[in-house]
Amino acid sequence: MSILVNKETKVITQGITGATGLFHAQGARDYGTQMVGGVTPGKGGTSIDGFPVFDTVEDAVKETGASASVIYVPPIGAADAILEAVDAGIELAICITEGVPVLDMVKVKKYLEGKNCRLIGPNCPGVITPEECKIGIMPGYIHKKGPVGVVSRSGTLTYEAVWQLTTRGIGQSTCVGIGGDPVNGTSHLDVLKMFEADPDTEAVIMIGEIGGDAEEQAAEFVRDHMTKPVAAFIAGATAPEGKRMGHAGAIISGGKGDAASKKAFLAECGVSVADSPAEMAEALLRIWGKS
Amino acid sequence: MNIHEYQAKAILRNFGVPVPEGHVVYNSNAARDWAKRLGEGPWAVKAQIHAGGRGKGGGVKIAKTADEVKQFAREMFGMTLVTHQTGPEGKVVKRVLIETGCNIADEFYVSFLVDRATDKVTLMASAEGGMDIEEVAEKTPEKLFFESIDPTVGLTPFQARKVAFKLGFGIAQVKQAVPLLMNLYKSFVETDCSLLEINPLVLTGEGRLLCLDAKINFDENALFRHIRIRDLRDYDEEDSMEIEASQYDLSYIALDGNIGCMVNGAGLAMATMDIIKHYGGDPANFLDVGGGATIERVTEAFKIILSDEKVEGILVNIFGGIMKCDVIATGVIEAAKQVGVKVPLVVRLEGTNVDLGKKMLAESGLNIVSADGMADAADKIVKAVQG
Repeated sequence: MSILVNKETKVITQGITGATGLFHAQGARDYGTQMVGGVTPGKGGTSIDGFPVFDTVEDAVKETGASASVIYVPPIGAADAILEAVDAGIELAICITEGVPVLDMVKVKKYLEGKNCRLIGPNCPGVITPEECKIGIMPGYIHKKGPVGVVSRSGTLTYEAVWQLTTRGIGQSTCVGIGGDPVNGTSHLDVLKMFEADPDTEAVIMIGEIGGDAEEQAAEFVRDHMTKPVAAFIAGATAPEGKRMGHAGAIISGGKGDAASKKAFLAECGVSVADSPAEMAEALLRIWGKS
Repeated sequence: MNIHEYQAKAILRNFGVPVPEGHVVYNSNAARDWAKRLGEGPWAVKAQIHAGGRGKGGGVKIAKTADEVKQFAREMFGMTLVTHQTGPEGKVVKRVLIETGCNIADEFYVSFLVDRATDKVTLMASAEGGMDIEEVAEKTPEKLFFESIDPTVGLTPFQARKVAFKLGFGIAQVKQAVPLLMNLYKSFVETDCSLLEINPLVLTGEGRLLCLDAKINFDENALFRHIRIRDLRDYDEEDSMEIEASQYDLSYIALDGNIGCMVNGAGLAMATMDIIKHYGGDPANFLDVGGGATIERVTEAFKIILSDEKVEGILVNIFGGIMKCDVIATGVIEAAKQVGVKVPLVVRLEGTNVDLGKKMLAESGLNIVSADGMADAADKIVKAVQG
């Protein structure tokens, strides 16, 4: 078992005829994901590298029965692509696109209210349930099937955590990259709730960043409701105040959302906090009683 | 992206928001001429830099005569203004705004920003105008009012009225405040701001509401649809290396330490800085080379890192992912040869073909130290730099 995606998940790619969309659709198919087609307006009825192409998400869903969509549409059209997926009845939309205007996302979030669709991202690496389903740009081979859930705002830092687990022989149930933008579809808290409810996830690594209070909200859930051990790392302890570090979310101002206060609060809530990014797996083993 | 006060006021004026009459000048003679053209004194003479707290540093003065305007402007041009937002190095004044003065009866605070907690634009207001709003939030949070704005209907008149009454306005001012707030919201949304702050919003002795100061930050991700706003960028206000880096799609921020970093991915780049500190070193920069570490981008990244004279060693940390390590190794070797790296260079590679990549680094004939994992890499570069 796992959360969000598994071997039954049928996935379409929005923006499949673009270089990035096609490359990662092929990579996901090679991994074993059921990549059933794609959407590019104006290219409906054609096919590309064996993937049937549709003009609209509605057509694609009707013909393929897909329940998930991965979005590689450029920033100018990314928000509209998400709305189209929601409207077509897609249950899981994963937006990889980096650089989506924040006010576009404010509208998307409002539109999502009351709809039966979960959005992951934007500006994220995607979601993978090892050895079953890979949706996104993460390298498949670093993952291994197992009991640890991983949730993170960042891409390569997630790979780092996964690799630390895999090289120690510990596999992952599902790894979720929620994205680095200030307004995104799914929070750390949302994913922790899913991991807590998932019978096959036994422990969780949560990777956060400076800025905002999403990690603190997740930590309160750990303290009050979670039965499974959680380890965490917060990136950005050395980041100077007021500077944007690549991720729009990773910015601190006036002493709010800094790494030290986040780490202290997480520890208070019973989360095992890694002092260094090289110790994420160790921090989990420390609390999981396996070291 | 930040802009100057005078640019922000020009934008607001176009949206029908009341701002003082004024003009930006680049020399003190023009300052006097514009004062006369604006009409009767007094005038406000305001240094234009991208930082708040200018008044305390001598960057805002009230002049009673046109000659005084010229004199104040002359003192401001070329001066290094240090405020709590500029850092100790301060900022050099190159532009000055001359404005018609006004008679202030009361001061208020109004801002719009994207609230990450609600995923909506929030209107924030306070009757404690002219003060540092972070201080107000900390000491007297009950004096701050918030209205969360539904993006489908925008800021509604009733919400604007609620805020106006809470600020203590009489009905005459409420009638001015409602369109003023709605037009501020309109400018926020239509120009893709990430922050719009009016501090202070003043009530004049004549009973008029006026935005006496204005600060706007724009969402960089939305600049593609605002070409004229993009042109307002003042490169004098930004770090020249950061501008250079952005031309190669590299995300670079200079810091104070002596260990240069080159990393792929923002999160891993921040974590790399953190682990350098953890091992007792000091990072010289944040640098994210992004997903495709091509030879050209790696070369440019090396050039930018090495242009910082403080750099005494470089740590390259790449988690290959989709990229193959032998390709990255080729990039690092070529770039190191081209640029001539003379400081210690520690490279940590992970991903597909990692053994081949390490072998290539070892056989390159260059003085490159290979590392296994982030901890080993940080340990090696910190030791190399400390000698």
